[in-house]
Amino acid sequence: MRGENRPQPAMDTRLRVRLAMRPGAWITWAVLAFFFINLLGVIATVVLDSFGRQWFSAWLPSGWTGSWYSEAWSEFSLGQVLVSTLEITLAVVVLSLVLGAPAAYALARRDFPGKRALSMLFLLPILVPPIAYGIPLATVLYKFHLAGSLTGVILANLVPSLPFVIFTMTPFIEQIDPKIEHAARMCGAGTVTVLVRVLAPLLVPGLLAAGILVLVRTFGMFELTFLTSGPTSQTLIVALFSAVNSAGIRTSQSIDAMAVLYTATMAVLLAIALRFVNPTQLVARSSE
Amino acid sequence: MTAIAAGPGRVALAHRLAERGVDRVLLLAVPAALALIALFCYPFLYGLQLSFQPAHGGVLGAYQSFFSDSFARKSIWQTFSLAIPASLINVGASVPVSYRMRREFRGKRLLLALLVVPITLGTVLTAEGILEFYGPAGWFNRTLHLLGLAASPVKLTMNYPGVLLSLVISGFPFAFLLIHSYLSGIHPSMEKAAATLGADWRKRFRYVTFPLLLPGLMTTFCLTFVMSFAVFPSALMVGDPDGTTHVISIEAYEAALQRFDYAQGCADAMIMTALMLAVIIAVTALRSRLYTGATGGKG
Repeated sequence: MRGENRPQPAMDTRLRVRLAMRPGAWITWAVLAFFFINLLGVIATVVLDSFGRQWFSAWLPSGWTGSWYSEAWSEFSLGQVLVSTLEITLAVVVLSLVLGAPAAYALARRDFPGKRALSMLFLLPILVPPIAYGIPLATVLYKFHLAGSLTGVILANLVPSLPFVIFTMTPFIEQIDPKIEHAARMCGAGTVTVLVRVLAPLLVPGLLAAGILVLVRTFGMFELTFLTSGPTSQTLIVALFSAVNSAGIRTSQSIDAMAVLYTATMAVLLAIALRFVNPTQLVARSSE
Repeated sequence: MTAIAAGPGRVALAHRLAERGVDRVLLLAVPAALALIALFCYPFLYGLQLSFQPAHGGVLGAYQSFFSDSFARKSIWQTFSLAIPASLINVGASVPVSYRMRREFRGKRLLLALLVVPITLGTVLTAEGILEFYGPAGWFNRTLHLLGLAASPVKLTMNYPGVLLSLVISGFPFAFLLIHSYLSGIHPSMEKAAATLGADWRKRFRYVTFPLLLPGLMTTFCLTFVMSFAVFPSALMVGDPDGTTHVISIEAYEAALQRFDYAQGCADAMIMTALMLAVIIAVTALRSRLYTGATGGKG
């Protein structure tokens, strides 16, 4: 009896000491948990509302329906919005990769006078907030009659995407040993062959990572698209904002249905992106 | 004859340039540089010169009208009073949480992945969610009521707290991921060395980890500050854009694209950029006085 009881108090005090010694641990986990509960609540209310028949003052909507989606589809002409979103994001991804990857190669391989100035030119569009350069940019685009068109929106979105590709690709290129290129040249490969058969296969992971990150960013870029788009060149996020903010009677459910479509697309893109990139890397690199 | 004479000279120049890293490879950077000069530098300079050509009021008319209009002038104060608390909360909350999460544990990758979600949700969707979740009849107020913490609904939307909430929801994960990667760059052997010398965790944090982390903290503060300083959609959607959250980006947007006074809009954007750069330069100057050597880790 006593033999069984003896270890009991010892364990108890040890447990108590562990708990008492680490109030910090409990506070930090509580902060994180509180954050996630709120985040979940924010997302869940939007999703539930989009499927709810009516939701006034109760914990849950009074009935369930999927009709808000078809209503949102016709009310906000989402088909057209999705097509132009797709056109804009794909064009931005392709253009920024085509322009950015060679520049990243030059930055990764050469050390030249004025490199710091060039890096600064590529860094500034990431540092300056979009709304600050977006307004002068929109003014210029209006001057050249490009604002409101798909071209204008694509050009505006290139400004943050291009530096982003350059800074994501540079580490990828740096870790490819230049000796591989030299070896290929020694074996008689021309520039084109080196590019297509040596560099391109090695760069595919980097290109995919940069491309997907740009895709996610452009899809979610509100400010620049908002400042430069017209009625026919809105992306989904700008259409969502206009639906919330413009005058007229709109049911909150059909707006939420659109928001859910946005979130779902974003979640899919994000799931793909996370297969290629580590989130810690993502933020650390974009801030370099 | 001249061609022969010029030949070796040109080769020598090309060689000398190549030794300093200037050769044909650099041409690869030209298209990207030109694109950014045309789409970023040119509009910025165009906006700058346009801001000195207002419809009336002389060269500095646009700036004068900004600073003489008390509503516009107050937007500076309102921007700072949103951006500084938001960045302090985001950085301040990230430090203990990421310090706790230095070590590897099960589910860490999932947790990090979950933290990327709010960054990608974007401000518009976050604002829409905040309107419903924190609204008078939303779950947050219902829970408070159920727990008996509030007799009447707490007003958290269409005002200052609403915008602050949206800045924390989208900014905290960003600050956390950055600080987490800075912390993982500090080698654990530093702290272990301090521990063998008898330092408890308070001392270890105060005298070892914190000084090494401080430059990273300042960079993170700068980046979250820039994000919160340019708050725009959430200030319109969950804030009180004609009152307490009339931030400077709203002022610039209304001038340029609602009143079509491009000169005024560009002037506001320039003021905004100047203020932001002033804060960044101040923090960077402070940062350059700190320790910037090796952190013993991946750096």
